[in-house]
Amino acid sequence: MIYKAFWRDIRFLQMLAQGIFVILLALAAGYLYVNVTANLQRQGLTVGYGFMKNPASFDIGESYIPYQASDPYQRALIVGVVNTLVVSLVGILLTTIVGVLVGIARLSTNWLVNKLAAAYVGVLRNTPLIIQLMFWYFGVILQLPSVKQAIELPGPAFLTNRGIYLPWTETTATFPAWRMYLILAIISVFVIWFVLQIARSRASIPLSPSWNLSYLVIPVLILWLGAEIQPAPPITPYLPELAGLNFKGGLRLTPEFAALLFGLVLYTGAFIAEIVRAGILAVSRGQVEAARSLGLTNGQTLRLIVFPQALRVIIPPLTSQYLNLAKNSSLAIAIGYPDLFSIAGTVFNQTGAAIEIIVVMMLSYLSLSLFTSLIMNIYNSRTRLVER
Amino acid sequence: MPKFSYVFGLLVVISVLLAACAPSGAPITVEVTRIVEVAGEAPTPVPPPVAGGERLQTVLDRGKVICGVHGSFQGFGFVDSAGAWSGFDVDFCRAWAAALFNDAEAVEFRGLSAQARFTAVQSGEVDVLSRNSTWTWTRDTELGLTFGPVTFYDGQAIMVKKEIVSDPTAGLDALEGANVCVQSGTTTELNLADQFRAANVGYTPVVFEDQTAAFQAYDEGRCDAITSDRSQLATQGQAVLANFADHVILDLVMSKEPLAPAVAQGDDKWADAVHWVVYGMIQAEELGITSANVDSFLSSQDPVVRRLLGVEGELGSKLGLSNDFVYRVIKLVGNYGEVYEKNLGPFNLARGQNALWTDGGLMYAPPFR
Repeated sequence: MIYKAFWRDIRFLQMLAQGIFVILLALAAGYLYVNVTANLQRQGLTVGYGFMKNPASFDIGESYIPYQASDPYQRALIVGVVNTLVVSLVGILLTTIVGVLVGIARLSTNWLVNKLAAAYVGVLRNTPLIIQLMFWYFGVILQLPSVKQAIELPGPAFLTNRGIYLPWTETTATFPAWRMYLILAIISVFVIWFVLQIARSRASIPLSPSWNLSYLVIPVLILWLGAEIQPAPPITPYLPELAGLNFKGGLRLTPEFAALLFGLVLYTGAFIAEIVRAGILAVSRGQVEAARSLGLTNGQTLRLIVFPQALRVIIPPLTSQYLNLAKNSSLAIAIGYPDLFSIAGTVFNQTGAAIEIIVVMMLSYLSLSLFTSLIMNIYNSRTRLVER
Repeated sequence: MPKFSYVFGLLVVISVLLAACAPSGAPITVEVTRIVEVAGEAPTPVPPPVAGGERLQTVLDRGKVICGVHGSFQGFGFVDSAGAWSGFDVDFCRAWAAALFNDAEAVEFRGLSAQARFTAVQSGEVDVLSRNSTWTWTRDTELGLTFGPVTFYDGQAIMVKKEIVSDPTAGLDALEGANVCVQSGTTTELNLADQFRAANVGYTPVVFEDQTAAFQAYDEGRCDAITSDRSQLATQGQAVLANFADHVILDLVMSKEPLAPAVAQGDDKWADAVHWVVYGMIQAEELGITSANVDSFLSSQDPVVRRLLGVEGELGSKLGLSNDFVYRVIKLVGNYGEVYEKNLGPFNLARGQNALWTDGGLMYAPPFR
């Protein structure tokens, strides 16, 4: 066996290249670490998370969990995380709807619909998000009339410069009981499925399809029995009404939340529209023609043939847009919505713990993004073409 | 043994690399400052941080002072559309430049946000911070800053629309349930929470990163009230609000806000230079020396005046400055009263606590001797 000199061996050279890369990376990280610690020492500053237990002593405008100024800094940061999560989740939901509708409209043969969708995508995709947020906040929502001259929409919903008030529901005393009936009804569906599976595998002749009716009948029966026991409805309408200087009741979107949500949804929606359009166009024309020749209607073609295939193209870039939306929500600080970035900024400023806070922020956004990616990757692997 | 030869080869290369990358010289600061507004010219590269006692020499070698200021606060620190800086805090930067270089324009201004200002001092991005910053215990200790003499005694106040509260003597309880606009990263944000909590009055804060955005949102009716330092409410209110007469600043004093310049902790020599320039301006006002008449004082026989202006004695050189540094400052920038009148006079901001101690105020310079 002849040994090559090691510096001519491709395997060695590859290992060498990787080794050098890792060393350079480690050196860069080490340099940053030494630099930071040296600077901190020079300033006589210490790094640590001890301050997190100290009272925050500042208030937060809106919070989905109980919070007051005497709570510790960590609680304030959690409020920020929850606020970011809420706006991101609602935003992702709405932007998907907007994006899919506009994406389909972009492919419409109706001239007006097509051009309107194209104009929407063109304008929103090509202006900076921060300007759009400023526009929605200062240009639209704060220009709404004051509470006394609120614009009333059917529902009733009210538009004011102090917020948007929407009709909502309120749970009543019978809600816990009803929740149980609903859970029972859902469980029953799984039980029926299980029983039918076994029955089918044992039956010598195929079971009549009418057995499938039990999926409908049994849950309805459970809910009907529930209604007999607890006739009071589990929820009542909870409507906004003017009480003194402000509206009471209903669902209130603060101006900051509403502006941030509109801005994020419409901006990201423009990108998603293009992704959806690309996905649909990526499905070969032959597939549509084949579906037609089999006698499928337009709707069936779109639902059964085009969309499932388009999804394979759509999901990966869609995931990026979801992540973008969540990360872009950090622009909230410009318009006063107390998201994680805004609250962390305040905490950083009050405590001076720059490094600690930035680490907390990065980890929070990172986990949020990785979690979103994980969910989307699971979904992606389910829609992916199974190759044999 | 081919495997062994790979590993050996790698080890040789690694050790050579490590030897080449031995610890290098002075660390360079990680730049974590965000510059919000910058004047026309490009900023100079970040100066390397200096160990205790070297900042003065660094500044002298550089030939200009890098001064952290507010960029959009009329009366205190403001850059106009032509890129010219003006304001009360800005003129102190000019005073330091005049003392060091006999040139009031040897300053590089860095417009800093409320969030970034202290990090800019810590990291050595700016030599001195003159940006209406309140001197507090936390900032002096945990943030590693040294604050200078108070240049402006302020207090937090609250401004309300007249249609909600018209009586300036009203207390916080008149604001039950109010939305209050406030800027983040300020002592104001904390005082607001403390004061309302103490008074047991419910309210909703609406927090903005930018003071101008907070005023704009208040003006558009998003908030019933806005809180900030009294000087800011008066000056910004007149500069930004559509109709200042529709608003009232309550008499209520919500906090003490001593505004002072700040330098990084641990450099007494530089801190002394910064402090004594400010004291010189206060002392000059007390002695009646102004930019217009300072030359006539050079021939004064009063030893106090002669020492202050550097005609006799060597007070300046003991600070590492020229002996006539106060003369330069007064000649090129003016005394404390002149700077105050020039920048804050147009906003009708009364001297109040900021009058000289001889006039019943708090401005008092230690003796120059």
